[in-house]
Amino acid sequence: MRAALRCIKHACYLWGFGETNAMNTVAILLSAFVLSFVALLVFIASQRSGLFDRRSRAAEVIFAPGEIGRTEEPAAARAAQAGLQGAMDASEAAHAGHGAAADADELAERTRADASTAPLVFFFFCCAVAWLLVASAAGLTASIKLHEPDWLVQQAWLTFGRIRTLHLNAVAYGWAPMAGLGIALFVIPRLLKTPLLGARYAFVGAVLWNAALIAGLGSVAAGINDGLEWLEIPWQIGILFAVGGALIGLPLVFTLVNRRVEHLYVSVWYMGCALFWLPVLFVVAKLPGAHQGVQQAAMNWWFGHNVLGLFYTPLALASVYYFLPKVIGRPIESYNLSLLGFWGLAFFYGQVGGHHLIGGPVPEWMVTLSIVQSMMMIIPVAAFTVNQYQTLRGRLAALRWSPTLRFIGVGGLMYTASSVQGSFEALRSMNAVTHFTHYTVGHAHLGLYGFVSFVFFGAMYFVMPRITAREWPYPRLISAHFWLVAAGIALYFTSLTIGGWLQGEAMLDASRPFMDSVAVTLPYLKARSVGGGLMVLGHLVFAAHFIALALGMGPQRDQPALLRQWFGKKVAA
Amino acid sequence: MNSEIRLLSGAMVMLALATSALVVLPYLEVHDAPPLPGLKPYGSAELRGRAVYIANGCVYCHSQQPRAKGFAPDFARGWGRATVAGDYAYDQPQLLGTMRTGPDLMNIGVRQPSEQWHLGHLYQPRAFVPGSIMPSYPFLFEAKAQADKGDVVVNLPALAAPAGRVVVARPEAVDLVRYLQSLDRSYPVLAAPATTP
Repeated sequence: MRAALRCIKHACYLWGFGETNAMNTVAILLSAFVLSFVALLVFIASQRSGLFDRRSRAAEVIFAPGEIGRTEEPAAARAAQAGLQGAMDASEAAHAGHGAAADADELAERTRADASTAPLVFFFFCCAVAWLLVASAAGLTASIKLHEPDWLVQQAWLTFGRIRTLHLNAVAYGWAPMAGLGIALFVIPRLLKTPLLGARYAFVGAVLWNAALIAGLGSVAAGINDGLEWLEIPWQIGILFAVGGALIGLPLVFTLVNRRVEHLYVSVWYMGCALFWLPVLFVVAKLPGAHQGVQQAAMNWWFGHNVLGLFYTPLALASVYYFLPKVIGRPIESYNLSLLGFWGLAFFYGQVGGHHLIGGPVPEWMVTLSIVQSMMMIIPVAAFTVNQYQTLRGRLAALRWSPTLRFIGVGGLMYTASSVQGSFEALRSMNAVTHFTHYTVGHAHLGLYGFVSFVFFGAMYFVMPRITAREWPYPRLISAHFWLVAAGIALYFTSLTIGGWLQGEAMLDASRPFMDSVAVTLPYLKARSVGGGLMVLGHLVFAAHFIALALGMGPQRDQPALLRQWFGKKVAA
Repeated sequence: MNSEIRLLSGAMVMLALATSALVVLPYLEVHDAPPLPGLKPYGSAELRGRAVYIANGCVYCHSQQPRAKGFAPDFARGWGRATVAGDYAYDQPQLLGTMRTGPDLMNIGVRQPSEQWHLGHLYQPRAFVPGSIMPSYPFLFEAKAQADKGDVVVNLPALAAPAGRVVVARPEAVDLVRYLQSLDRSYPVLAAPATTP
C-alpha cells in the first residue's frame, strides 16, 4: 500500500510538471498496479485463518453447535420443508446424526435476535415493496415511450427524460436500499448473536430517508435536478439522505460493538463495509460546487459505479453468503476464497468507474487504469463463484424445494454473468461497439435486477415468515412471481443485448446514416417492453402476496394481526 | 476476521485508493483546465436553456463528446472533432452523457443553426426527421387562435400543425434553442503558432 502511494506521489509530481509522456505513464501505471496488487495479496494473507483448514470453523458460525445438517427454509410450505431436509439428508449420507442435538440456548438467542428486529425490518420491507411498484410503473412507461414517442407527451413530468430518471432514482434510493438495509438489519443481529440495539434510531432514519426520496422524486418530476446521472436529486435534499442513512447505520454499529461472538462472518464484512462506503461516496459526490467539467464526469462515474459495486453488490453478496448455506444447512466451503472475494472486490471495484468514459475527453491513464481493474474483477468474481458452486455441489435438489434458494441461486449466477460481461465490456474493442447503446442498459439490468433484486426477493421470502411468525399463504404465488420475473428479465436482457449490439455496429459504420442505428433497435425496444411488462406483473403478484401475508389473509387467517402480535409480546415481556 | 477496526480501516483504505485515482488525481489534472481560446462563456438565455436541457433529461439520449477518428466515425458524421478538457471549462454541471439514442450534440449549433428548425423539431420531431423516436415536447409550446405581438411563431409543415391554430414557442423553448445554437466546438484545439514579423 505504501508503495502504491509512493507511486501515486511520483505520478503527481510528473503531471504537476507536465512532463508526462506515453512511456512514463505506462511505466507508472504498471508499477503502481503491480505493487498495489502484491500489497493486496500480502494483506489478504495476513487476514486468513487456517490456510490449509478446508472445513474452516469461521464458516460455521452461522450455525448453532450441532445444527449443521439442519435446513432452514421458512418460505417453503411444511411439506416442501420436509422434502428439502430429505434431499439434503440424502446428499449428506456420510454425515448422519444431525440436527437433533442443536444447541437449544443458541436457537433461543436467535429467536430473540429475530424478534428484536421484526417491526423495523417489516417497515423497511413495506417501503421497499412500495418503491418497487413505483419504480416498475415508471420504468415500463419509459420503456414504452422509446417506441411510442408521441404517447403521454402533454405533461412535462411524464416526458422520457424525467420518467426514466424517476425510475432510476426509485430503484437506486428506494427499492434497493430499503430491501438491502432491511435484510442487513435482520441478518446482522443473527450473525452477532446479539439483539439489535437502538432500533428506534433506524426507524427515524428510515422515515427521514423515505421523506427525502419523496421530495427528491417530486423535484425531479418538477424539473429541478442536479443534472448528473445517479445524482439527480438536489444536494439540499441529499442532506436529509445523509442524516437518515447515518441514523439507519447507528443500531448496526451499536450491535457490532456489543456483539457476543468473536468471529465476524463474511456477510458482516460486506454489510458493515457497505454501510461505511456509501456515506463517503455520497458526501464526496454531492459536495456542492466542488466538481466541474471533465473532472466532474470522472467523479460522476466513480460514484455511479461504486454505488453499484460498493453498496448494492456487497449487500446482495452478504445475503447470498448467509441464506444459501443457511437454507441447505451446510457451511460455505472455503473461508479463504471468501477472503479473496471480499478484498478483491474492495480493491478492484472501486477503480473501475472510468470505463464509462472510454474514448471521452478524460485523462487517458485513468481510463486505462479502470479497464485493467475491470478485468481484474474476474478474480473476486471467480472466487465467489467457485465458493458457491462448491457449497451447492451435489445439493442442487434443494432448488426444487426452496423458493429462497431458487431466487438466490439464480441471483448468484447472474452476479457471475453480469460481472464477467462487465469486465469484457470495459475492453476498448468491445466498448467501441457497446458504449452509448442499449447494450449497456441490458447489462445494468442484468446486474441490478438479475443479481441484486433476485437475491433481495429470495431473502425477503425467507425473512418475512421469521419476523411475522406466519407462512406465506399461497406458495403458488411465489412460483408465479419467480417465473414471471425470470422470463421477463431473460427477454429484457436478450432483446437489449442484440438490439444494442446492432445499434452500435450501425453507428460505427460511417457509410450508414445515423437513423439506421435508431431503426434497427425498434423491434428490440418493443420486445424489451414486453419483458418489462412481465417483470411488472411479477412485482404485482409479489406485492399482493406480501400484503396478504401482512394482513393475515388467506389460509392462515387464525393468526393474530401483526401489530397486536408485537405489542402483545412487549406487554408480555 | 475478528477485528472490526481492522476490517473497516482496510475497507476505507481501499476506497481511499479508488477515490485518489478517480476523483483526486483528475481534480489535480483537469479541474482547472483553462477554456480554449475559441470557447465563449454562455450568455444568460443560453444558461436558462441549459437548465431546460437538464430539467427534461436530454442528456439521457444525447452525448456531448465526439470521439477521435481512430475510435469511431463521429467526425465523419459531422459531429465535430474529439473534445478536450478545455472545451468544458464553462460546463457546470457536465453533460457528457453515456447514451446515443440520438446523435451527439456537441456541435449541433454548427450543424443546425436555424431557430425555426429547432423549434419545429422540438414540437414534433417526426415532421423533420422521419423515423425519429425523440419525444415531442408540446408542453414547451402553446397553440393559439392567433399570435400576439412579440410571440415567436413556429412554422410547421401542414401535417404537424394543429388545424386552425398557430403554435407559438414558450420562453423555455426559445431559451433551449439558444443553448443548442450555442453548442459549437469547431474552433481549433491548438492556437495557431505566433508569427514574428
